[in-house]
Amino acid sequence: MAALLEMRGITKVFPGVRALDNVTLTVEEGEIHAICGENGAGKSTLMKVLSGIYPHGSYDGEIIYDGAVLANRSIRDSEAKGIIIIHQELALVPLLSIAENLFLGNEVAGKSSLGRGVISWPETFQKTERLLAKVGLTDAPTTKVEKLGVGKQQLIEIAKALAKNVRLLILDEPTAALQENDSQKLLDLLLELKAQGVTSIIISHKLNEINRVADRVTVIRDGASISTLDKADITEDRIIRDMVGRDMANRYPARTSNVGEVLLEVQDWNVWHPEQAGRQMIKNVALNVRRGEIVGIPGLMGTGRTELAMSLFGRSYGKNISGQVKMAGRAVDCSTVSSAIAAGLSYVTEDRKSLGLVLEEPIVRNISLANLEGVSTRGVLDARRETQVADSYRDQLAIRTPSVFQKVVNLSGGNQQKVVLSKWLFTDPQVLILDEPTRGIDVGAKFEIYSIMNDLADQGRGVLMISSEMPELLGMCDRIYVMNEGAIVGELTRAEASQEKIMALILTGKETQTKNGGENGRKTKGRAA
Amino acid sequence: MTARLGAHLRENGMLMALVAIVLFFTVVVQLTLGVDFLSAQNITNLFLQNSYVIIMALGMLLVIVAGHIDLSIGSVVGFTGAVAAVLTVNMGLPVYVVIPAVLFVGMLIGAAQGYWIAYWRIPSFIVTLAGMLVFRGLTLWLLNGQNIGPFPKSFQSLSTGFIPDVFGVDKPNMTALAIVVLAALVIIFISWRARKSDVTFGIAPEPMIMFAIRNLIVAAALIFVGYKLATFRGLPNVVIVLSILTIVYAFFTENTVMGRRIYALGGNEKAAKLSGIKTDRLVFLTFVNMGVLAALAGMIVAARLNSATPKAGGGFELDVIAAVFIGGASMSGGVGKIIGVVVGALIMGVMNNGMSILGIGIDYQQVIKGLVLLAAVIFDVYNKNK
Repeated sequence: MAALLEMRGITKVFPGVRALDNVTLTVEEGEIHAICGENGAGKSTLMKVLSGIYPHGSYDGEIIYDGAVLANRSIRDSEAKGIIIIHQELALVPLLSIAENLFLGNEVAGKSSLGRGVISWPETFQKTERLLAKVGLTDAPTTKVEKLGVGKQQLIEIAKALAKNVRLLILDEPTAALQENDSQKLLDLLLELKAQGVTSIIISHKLNEINRVADRVTVIRDGASISTLDKADITEDRIIRDMVGRDMANRYPARTSNVGEVLLEVQDWNVWHPEQAGRQMIKNVALNVRRGEIVGIPGLMGTGRTELAMSLFGRSYGKNISGQVKMAGRAVDCSTVSSAIAAGLSYVTEDRKSLGLVLEEPIVRNISLANLEGVSTRGVLDARRETQVADSYRDQLAIRTPSVFQKVVNLSGGNQQKVVLSKWLFTDPQVLILDEPTRGIDVGAKFEIYSIMNDLADQGRGVLMISSEMPELLGMCDRIYVMNEGAIVGELTRAEASQEKIMALILTGKETQTKNGGENGRKTKGRAA
Repeated sequence: MTARLGAHLRENGMLMALVAIVLFFTVVVQLTLGVDFLSAQNITNLFLQNSYVIIMALGMLLVIVAGHIDLSIGSVVGFTGAVAAVLTVNMGLPVYVVIPAVLFVGMLIGAAQGYWIAYWRIPSFIVTLAGMLVFRGLTLWLLNGQNIGPFPKSFQSLSTGFIPDVFGVDKPNMTALAIVVLAALVIIFISWRARKSDVTFGIAPEPMIMFAIRNLIVAAALIFVGYKLATFRGLPNVVIVLSILTIVYAFFTENTVMGRRIYALGGNEKAAKLSGIKTDRLVFLTFVNMGVLAALAGMIVAARLNSATPKAGGGFELDVIAAVFIGGASMSGGVGKIIGVVVGALIMGVMNNGMSILGIGIDYQQVIKGLVLLAAVIFDVYNKNK
């Protein structure tokens, strides 16, 4: 077999970040090639380079595809050559039919007697049925895509790729949002396509899946290709070791933890999907956070950690929520955001631009937003007090800005995050839930955020930190709960926690669940030895 | 320095535009017709003609800042005017019963529409478009397709009444002059204090020249208008109502917790919600408020025409919305000031009045007004992108 694709010395630099550093990737014709790596390792960036989203010239290095140098200027260019990428977030139009979606931008037109630009529906439907049969679907071509589950939608995406005469299919975490049997179907289909000569690249975190379908694996870490393993050498241990190994010294400020009594306690927490009936997102979760403690929840997409946090914080996510929340041993009402704030809870969102800040307003107004009562008397704002509050947080958290009257849209990511933190600190919370607190901010600002978190713990508050960057959790947390598919599958103390153990818990937790039929989340709760 | 002066000029751009438009009409009307555009009578007319637009624009600003729109207010003006006429003329109820009753009807109308918008998340465009049709129909039904009038003097004074002169000098009306001079002093004092607090908070203050010019223009215009009015029939009641409402709403939007929350809701609804703000209830209340102000405007319009007519208020919603956007509000919500809206409404009003005096046909008037609206918004967008 000859190499279909060779990426040599690919380097991609964003302002301030070296996202890819001399990456090499060789994909043989007709194989399924898996790419593994942590969040932020550079997998998606590499695929964007390959598929032309980052055009030729915006990166260094060389791509040889099918024996010739590839110089894509756009995603259309690469699609014309048969390179098709399916993103994690599906790109289907929910209100259009399967047939319309399959040929969107690629309509079957021109052969009709009515002339160019007029769609030939009989031919479209005929082709649609043929493509659906290939991916094992029997739905009518006129079915609206919104009526289909996520699993079927994923298959429609693949059918769409087939409609474009795909030679190299790239799937970015295709099973992240799928349930077990849908995942199996998708993997079977990949093997079938392989038999028909389609080459695939699959990005996945699920090592059991990789074991099942991949011929070779390339591991990427910190923007560099670490190793490429042949089928015979693929073991979970090896992949994890390559994904993880890095120097963690001095990236986290030191702290001697002083853990007190239980502050936040959650019991029997169950949450259902807000739209898809019968889909349980959070299953019997029980957890606690103590005074002065930083507790972590690691996890990748689809583990349910953001859903858990938002459902706790004023039921901002999900429906049919049940369970108890206690603060310092007393049952509290968290049914609305304002009552959750009053109970001493704060939630710093993972998406600060769309959920955390009013971007067009100045820093001072963003900081006071969640506690306007604190800067007003009988409903009338006191501008002087408001400014003093903002100034004092600016000094405490070192928000770098000429004045607190700057619009937050003009601040860097790290400073924006500090504004969000200030907003919540001003509500004087007992427990802060920080969802991806260092996402999208540079290394120096990360260290500052970590220091702030340590200060919060030292002040006797509890911190629940959600992060997909495992080293950060290991460096910061006193205790870690491991979640998968909406259930807690394990709990590790700082001493016992390691990246390998967390990975193993996620994997084995999942396997236990399938054996148990996944009907009772509690059974799956295993403690790591 | 010049760049900063430029920035402040832009901020006051609409105020300057208003001054320019007034000067333009003064000169042109004088040259072509030999008539004084700024005569006492015409200034009085200007306020009487435009009071309802300004009053409703105050409420519409809140609606638009919250990220919504209300198309029904023209019909609500017609309907509430008709209710007032039925209560006053047909049923003979006294004015002190009718005014609160009609305001209550306006509140119910606002609540009925706000309920679907806030709690059912039906787009406000659709709900109020439906309201526009429904209340126009109900006006026709209530009036049986005919005019009802005339109103008793007590009701008419809502629109055409004047503040009596307590000093008994007759002309010029000393009460009017005293009120206006006092108002000018208060305005200068308040903006002086605001400037001083800017300095103590370390905000770069407006350059002194700009500050002086702006306050001088405002005070001079105020005293000039007041003097003119004083030499005619004094201060119209409507002007007093208008001024009080403007001050109350300016204070509400800038200095109260609730006002602040409406801006946050319009700026980023999800972030506001996750900050513990009850966004649904705020949206509901902005529509309730809009309904009450539309009812007030409805009574003023009916009092001015001295009858309730099935067509009253037709198209008012467009004048009001235009005033708010000319005044610098943003379609996407979260941005806009009360003072801007008042200036925007005055620009529309002065243009209507000036073009009518010049005898420009209604066809050209509409074209020109449309282009002014477009130009004002383009100017705004252009400045933001720079």
